[in-house]
Amino acid sequence: MIGDVFGWLTDSAHWSSTPFDVGIVDQLLNHLRYCAIAVVIALVIALPIGLVIGHTGRAAWLVSGVNAVRALPTVGVLVLLVVIIAPHFYGRTDAGYLIPTEIVLVLLAIPPIMSNTYAGVQNVDPAARDAAFGMGMTERQVLTRVELPMALPLVFSGLRSATLQVIATATIASYVTLGGLGRFIYDGLAQQDYPQMISGGLLVAVLALVTDLVLALVQRLVVSRGVSGRFRSGGRGGRRISDLADSRTAVLEEQRAADAA
Amino acid sequence: MTAPLTALTASSSPWAFWSYFLDHRSEDLGWLWDHAWLSVVPVVVGLVIALPLGWLASRRQWAYPPLMSVTGILYTIPSIALFVLIPPILGLDPLTPLQVPIALSIYSTALLVRVVADGLGAVSSDTVQAATALGYRPVGRFFKVELPIAVPVIAAGLRVAVVANVSIVAVAGTIGMSNLGLLFDTGFKLSTTQPYYPPIVLGIVLCVLLALVLDLLVVLLTRLLTPWRRAVRA
Repeated sequence: MIGDVFGWLTDSAHWSSTPFDVGIVDQLLNHLRYCAIAVVIALVIALPIGLVIGHTGRAAWLVSGVNAVRALPTVGVLVLLVVIIAPHFYGRTDAGYLIPTEIVLVLLAIPPIMSNTYAGVQNVDPAARDAAFGMGMTERQVLTRVELPMALPLVFSGLRSATLQVIATATIASYVTLGGLGRFIYDGLAQQDYPQMISGGLLVAVLALVTDLVLALVQRLVVSRGVSGRFRSGGRGGRRISDLADSRTAVLEEQRAADAA
Repeated sequence: MTAPLTALTASSSPWAFWSYFLDHRSEDLGWLWDHAWLSVVPVVVGLVIALPLGWLASRRQWAYPPLMSVTGILYTIPSIALFVLIPPILGLDPLTPLQVPIALSIYSTALLVRVVADGLGAVSSDTVQAATALGYRPVGRFFKVELPIAVPVIAAGLRVAVVANVSIVAVAGTIGMSNLGLLFDTGFKLSTTQPYYPPIVLGIVLCVLLALVLDLLVVLLTRLLTPWRRAVRA
């Protein structure tokens, strides 16, 4: 079976598109497009809200409220929205499937980004905040020049968690007849072409791992060295959050923020 | 042969999910049962594997980075990809029902190793030294002092794992595995000409209820295991 999968993946006919079939390269680009749209929209919504809630401490219920979304089964919501929205679109565009999928992906990406940003700002050492105010910084400067840089490790782990969930769920969007790398999994399943199905799974796994690696490298470049590689001062037993923070720390931080808020 | 007929004659309103449930009771309850054990058993398996690994990672400096990277990589792989990759790696049939509990056990282990390691690592060294001075041996100290103190942290991880599992199990429904995800499959296939909501809404309602009940169970179990926390609060 592993040999068959290798054969399927190394067959150049599967990589480029034909008038009848979309190849791996184009499906990969589709997949990336669906994910990028959702992550950017979620970031634009969740990052400022998370920063403001963390800074002011007001409306913290929003964090726990948004987190309740996690109990919803993603597939179910996806199917429900497709069934509601798709019949309103006719013709050749895939908008009827793309719009419900993007709604679900954005809904999925908001909670990790928002609650990790919130937690990141909340966890900023009060002494650093006071020092910034003491130096004469305005509220806005404190938020953007002190709190945001210090919250970046958590913001990034939230972003990585959100991105991974979006990549995973965009794969399932192929089940509701959208493109993307999931196409190979569901087409392979339907045609009992298991090498194709397993190759699809492999491609999705590689995409997720590479994306997470790229984000981890960006995180390393962007996060100040004064913030990373140190122990969080005070409280909670000095958990080491910076260089080892990943999508798992993000989901746990989400739960913690929801319980605290 | 009666099932499709009822499906066609019954109301397609979203609020008709309860009568849909009554019409397909035995099938739905079977899926609910499958969904429940698929959500719970892997978390238990994950905890059993994660306790020794997490202990090792918290105790030995050299073990922490590799354990965290390997489990981090496993946790990164999307669920649907892991479902289809497990059978060829383990030499099983491409559509064995075993792939779902195995994949979920891998996720639960990957999450809980981190939780257990960090939870045990957060036990204050003063407490450990006090326990040692009182005469606790390493094994007794682990089970009677360190592990109980780490219970609230581990429980938070268990809640995340159990709630996430309920959602991931439904994904396995899209590749035909028996669980509540098949309600979404049924609803999607019956909606080709016009929307047929009842199975979809029923699936969402049952999944949310299951997630809430399992989450509550973990919370209650934690309270039972940590009576001193209530004493302090009171």
